[in-house]
Amino acid sequence: MSAPSQTSELAAPVETAAQVVPALRTAAAAALVVFGLCFPIISYRAEANINNELVLGGRWPLSLTITAIVFVFVFLRQMARADWRIWFDRVGSIVAGGMGGALAQAAREGEGTAAPSRARLAFGRYFAPFALGAVILFPLICLGLLGPAGSLKWVNNYGVQILIYVMLGWGLNIVVGLAGLLDLGYVAFYAVGAYSYALLSTTFGLSFWVCLPLAGVLAAMWGIILGFPVLRLRGDYLAIVTLAFGEIIRMVLVNWVALTNGYAGITEIPHVSFFGIPFNDDDNGFAAIFHLPYTPIYRTIFLFYLILALALLTNFVTIRLRRLPIGRAWEALREDEIACRSLGINTTNTKLTAFALGAMFGGFAGSFFAVRQGFVSPESFTFIESATILAIVVLGGMGSQLGVAIAAAVMIGVPELMRELDWLKAIFGENFDPTQYRMLLFGAAMVIMMIWKPRGLVSTRMPSIFLRQRKPVSGDLVKEGHG
Amino acid sequence: MDNFLQQLINGLTLGSIYGLIAIGYTMVYGIIGMVNFAHGDLFMLSAFIALITFMILTQILHLGSLPVAFVVVLIAGMALTGLWNWTIERLAYRPLRGSFRLAPLISAIGMSVFLSNFVQVVQGPRNKPAPQLPNHVFNLTGGAYDVTLSVRQILIVVVTAILLAAFWYVVRYTSLGRAQRACEQDQKMAALLGIDVDATISITFVIGAALAAVAGVMFVIYYGVVNFADGFVPGVKAFTAAVLGGIGSLPGAVLGGLLIGLIEVFWSSYFSTDYKDVAAFMILAITLIFLPSGILGRPEVEKV
Repeated sequence: MSAPSQTSELAAPVETAAQVVPALRTAAAAALVVFGLCFPIISYRAEANINNELVLGGRWPLSLTITAIVFVFVFLRQMARADWRIWFDRVGSIVAGGMGGALAQAAREGEGTAAPSRARLAFGRYFAPFALGAVILFPLICLGLLGPAGSLKWVNNYGVQILIYVMLGWGLNIVVGLAGLLDLGYVAFYAVGAYSYALLSTTFGLSFWVCLPLAGVLAAMWGIILGFPVLRLRGDYLAIVTLAFGEIIRMVLVNWVALTNGYAGITEIPHVSFFGIPFNDDDNGFAAIFHLPYTPIYRTIFLFYLILALALLTNFVTIRLRRLPIGRAWEALREDEIACRSLGINTTNTKLTAFALGAMFGGFAGSFFAVRQGFVSPESFTFIESATILAIVVLGGMGSQLGVAIAAAVMIGVPELMRELDWLKAIFGENFDPTQYRMLLFGAAMVIMMIWKPRGLVSTRMPSIFLRQRKPVSGDLVKEGHG
Repeated sequence: MDNFLQQLINGLTLGSIYGLIAIGYTMVYGIIGMVNFAHGDLFMLSAFIALITFMILTQILHLGSLPVAFVVVLIAGMALTGLWNWTIERLAYRPLRGSFRLAPLISAIGMSVFLSNFVQVVQGPRNKPAPQLPNHVFNLTGGAYDVTLSVRQILIVVVTAILLAAFWYVVRYTSLGRAQRACEQDQKMAALLGIDVDATISITFVIGAALAAVAGVMFVIYYGVVNFADGFVPGVKAFTAAVLGGIGSLPGAVLGGLLIGLIEVFWSSYFSTDYKDVAAFMILAITLIFLPSGILGRPEVEKV
């Protein structure tokens, strides 16, 4: 009677012992890899001394600690019960910025290609108007809670900054999400818009409201000029040529000192005015006319609503265009270019309109950027900006307007929040500077988010043509275009 | 004429470095169709690894012989950079294989941002001057305008040529090379025929990284200074070189690298240094307009 129970009691420790050796082996292998990664680059730090000679400083405790942590973590994961392992993988993927297989697996299990449930549909329907309302009230809520001085940072660094990227994301979405043309040089049009306003206002004294459409037109023109030679290119060739054009425009801005003042940039760009009333503390300023005490917050709030209006204009135009023949042609082009051509769609014109319209909104955003900063320099228009905007579009779900807005809030807002982490100094000592890890974590977050949701945050689409009933389709069914 | 010869020498040296990096792009693109944007930053990381390994050898181990140090740095750099790229592929790209095309691209851009900032955090933002090494300079003419050829330049071109020959042999005549070419053509069929596709792709990343590490060592030797932001521009130019030569084609990558190096050097010499990068990119755009699949690339035929 007691024999089976005895064997099972005996079996348990034997199994554990049999588990320990392979677990130790795996953990040792992982630790060895991590040690190899750390070996020169973390264990030693090369610093130039006063004579400009490099000297090495050792940092073995740090790299050995990292190795030890990895060893213990992998060992525990191997020893854990199978159903706990997934949690180890999730923690690992967040800590190490990868290990992503499990995370991707979990995300895929959760979704599938089936149509989303009714609850998610209802959420999707009411989320957008609710979010819009919250955004419209955002500066007033800030003002009410924090007062004019305290809310300046929130409205400017978070509100205006995020909305600029929402607008850029929506603009690029026309090119990448709808027409399926991979553009890695979108920042060029942003730069054209910014410099158009900067030069037109400082040279000819034109006002913002005159310059805004001009900047859009100029950017659209550049969109056509740059789009025309690359029409025959597809996929990654298109990507590299657009990247090259982005870099060319930046280098011209750097080197054509007579026009652009080079690295020094253009300063003293006129600030925005409230339809002719300047935001200053003069007697004829905004505050004096409306009998308000003078604070700089009014200008910021005006800028906030200005960029909100511009972004909503972009959104509105995009949504309307999707239903027009040109919008349908863009999406058809993304799905199948050969079929498009055989059905008589002029692919040249279709691609050029996508480039031109995307560029135009980029130009608007650039012109807003110039009036907000009062200063433009080529430093603001590097490749990393293009990459960030593209990441926002892809993370948003390629073609989903709401997804792009959410992605912009996440990609811009979260790194901005990293600046608030000064309290960490209390834990890690005075020399710890959280802002220096900002871009490091930004890069890691891009990788993790892609592994977590390769199809973007909002992976469903509303079709513009449907039979009887309009229902969302999964993003997995949407092609990403060849060129 | 003297100036022309001098610029030819400089251009070939620079082009060798670009060619070595370009191979990493073209191989990864050939096998999984992905633009590995982090490759330029991997090159920068390898330059740091090489520099620090050299410092360890000379300052801590007090190794006297420079040639031995050079060989050790080269081998250690190739191995460690290979390990880095193996890990990166494992963590950031493998989970996205078979996903839609832009996801690995964004992941690679994220990895590029991560790598350059990682080096900035752990090694500091300032320029790292390499230790001064003896460099014999040969004077080829002795006329009014001296044409010089330095030992470093010879070293760079010779090492590049030897490694390319070895690498060419591996891809052309070994079973590993055959497995790579099979995966390039059809991964599913290759797997059915008993090729370990995952391992082959990993090895491709390791080889690409090892060649980038060679370029990193050469970069430190040639320029004598390295910075955490030095990966982007050579990376973009090497990618340009890969596309110019026809992406997916190995001889094309080397040819493209040499062309970009020569264009850059001649433009700086005869026109202006300000617009040398503009010249490289313009030539890329013009080439692609007339030869949309690069110089040696096969045209992409779409089957319906």
